[in-house]
Amino acid sequence: MALDTLYHVNTPEGISLRLSPAGPVPRMLAWMIDIMIRVGINTVVFTALAFLGKTGLGIALIISFLMEWFYPVYFELYKNGQTPGKKSFNLYVTMENASPVTPAASMIRNLLRFVDFLPFLYGFGLISMLLTKRFQRLGDLVANTVVLHKPLEYPIVSNTKDDNENSITPVAPPLALQLAEQQALIRFHQRNAYLTEERATELSLLTGKLIEDDKQQPTKRLLGIASWIMGDRK
Amino acid sequence: MSAVKQTQFINKNQQLWQDFEQWLDYQALSRWAKNSKKNPVEKPVDIDLPHAYRQICHHFALANSRMYSPILVERLNKLVVRGHQTLYSTRTHIMRDIMHYFSGGFPSLVRKEWKVVAIAAALFYVPFIAIIIAIQINPDIAYSIMDGDQLRSVEEMYDPDLHERLGRERESDSDVLMFGHYIKNNTGIGFQVFAGGMLYGIGTLFFTLFNGIFIGAVFGHLTHLGYIDTLYGFVVGHGSLELNAIVLSAAAGLMLARALIMPGRKSRKRALIDDGKSAVTMMYGVATMFILAAFIEAFWSSMVMPVMIKYVVGAILWTLVGVYFWFVGRGTNSDQIDTKASSNSGTFSP
Repeated sequence: MALDTLYHVNTPEGISLRLSPAGPVPRMLAWMIDIMIRVGINTVVFTALAFLGKTGLGIALIISFLMEWFYPVYFELYKNGQTPGKKSFNLYVTMENASPVTPAASMIRNLLRFVDFLPFLYGFGLISMLLTKRFQRLGDLVANTVVLHKPLEYPIVSNTKDDNENSITPVAPPLALQLAEQQALIRFHQRNAYLTEERATELSLLTGKLIEDDKQQPTKRLLGIASWIMGDRK
Repeated sequence: MSAVKQTQFINKNQQLWQDFEQWLDYQALSRWAKNSKKNPVEKPVDIDLPHAYRQICHHFALANSRMYSPILVERLNKLVVRGHQTLYSTRTHIMRDIMHYFSGGFPSLVRKEWKVVAIAAALFYVPFIAIIIAIQINPDIAYSIMDGDQLRSVEEMYDPDLHERLGRERESDSDVLMFGHYIKNNTGIGFQVFAGGMLYGIGTLFFTLFNGIFIGAVFGHLTHLGYIDTLYGFVVGHGSLELNAIVLSAAAGLMLARALIMPGRKSRKRALIDDGKSAVTMMYGVATMFILAAFIEAFWSSMVMPVMIKYVVGAILWTLVGVYFWFVGRGTNSDQIDTKASSNSGTFSP
């Protein structure tokens, strides 16, 4: 656990949330998407309002001012901490304790973006991110915010996708298994849906004794044992 | 493995997790999407949020201690994080907060931070006035601060002979253009002055001194040429807000610098977080001042009228700004607002 960048936050309910801060690279890519969107909107606004002459240009300047400083603030406060760029990389902004970002914090981190950007292209921001445990740029440090990875969806797949001929019959393991071994099997059972068939077979063949009785369909055999461990009986 | 197998555990609690998830999804929808007639959204089962959330926290803890599969634990972790975010999100009364802020919070914050504000004012006004005076004595100084082209274009803008009547130097449809320009330019400078505080104050120092000297050079040069009424008549009104907004953004920047340079008994990070909150609280007021100044500058300062009226209105505005920061919010419950503003990120967030 200590090797990666995860950190834990204790809630009042006495449990600890596991959070994973996002590093410079996905954040930079997300920023590039946002900057392209902003340039796009600015271009549209300036061309559209150009027809209104100087008045239109004045309005366009106000809009571009708002876009420059408050585009991220809007999305952070009203779209669950995700600008479109962040959304596309599954990132979101929260307070360091995982509660939603407050208006003041959002303002701070986006006003201070200016110093993070110095001396060029987020130089100070990058240095700050590399020096802090949770990849915080200067604005994040003052606002007490972090940018986190949103955990990917791994829906619990019931392995009943092949109901009839391939359905899995729970089998008691041929020998007593230790806890860690049982866990490894359960993990295999759940990851099975995300593995290719060849890889699954390859992994199953590593288990030696467990599949001795059924060398033809090692995966199925292993899945059977796993579902028996999880409590399925037929 | 423990007494309750994973599958039984899932079967037993699946329903609650799903209801919870659906309820959160529904809450996340915009009001517009909830009422949309085209794609009516089914209202999910009502749940008792705190209760359901605590139950799921309990499930999460159980799943962890029973070492259920990582995928299940991951899913519960995600539910808990979402529930946490919803249950502990902050509810604000925006209108009331804004009222509180401008009727007391902002001026009393400025008074509370009077030392920093005084330093910021000195950083801006001292070089500003010094340069004006210096140029009266030795006019060549203007040329060592600005180059000839810049000075010529400033001269043209305020030359009384080029403008038959005082005031409106441009077509009226350009008022909006100038409004936009002032907002983008001046407010942006204010934000930069503030953010520069994060560089141990060097950025704030640089931008404030630079602006003081540069504007001082313009004023000094034009005063020396005798363009008094065109210049001061134009500037006196919005200057009351604009110049002081620069001073206050410098003060907010210096508050960040103070947290970095002398954090006191706090850690640097803690000091930054605390002072950052009051600094950004000040910036709300600063941004408002810049926008008001831009409005006055674009729509009032450029109007054609006897210069005396400009001076009188200018004097009134300066007095109002002074009175506002000196008196408003004193007495009643300003002290409470004061401490609230600094300890609690001020009024825009609870």
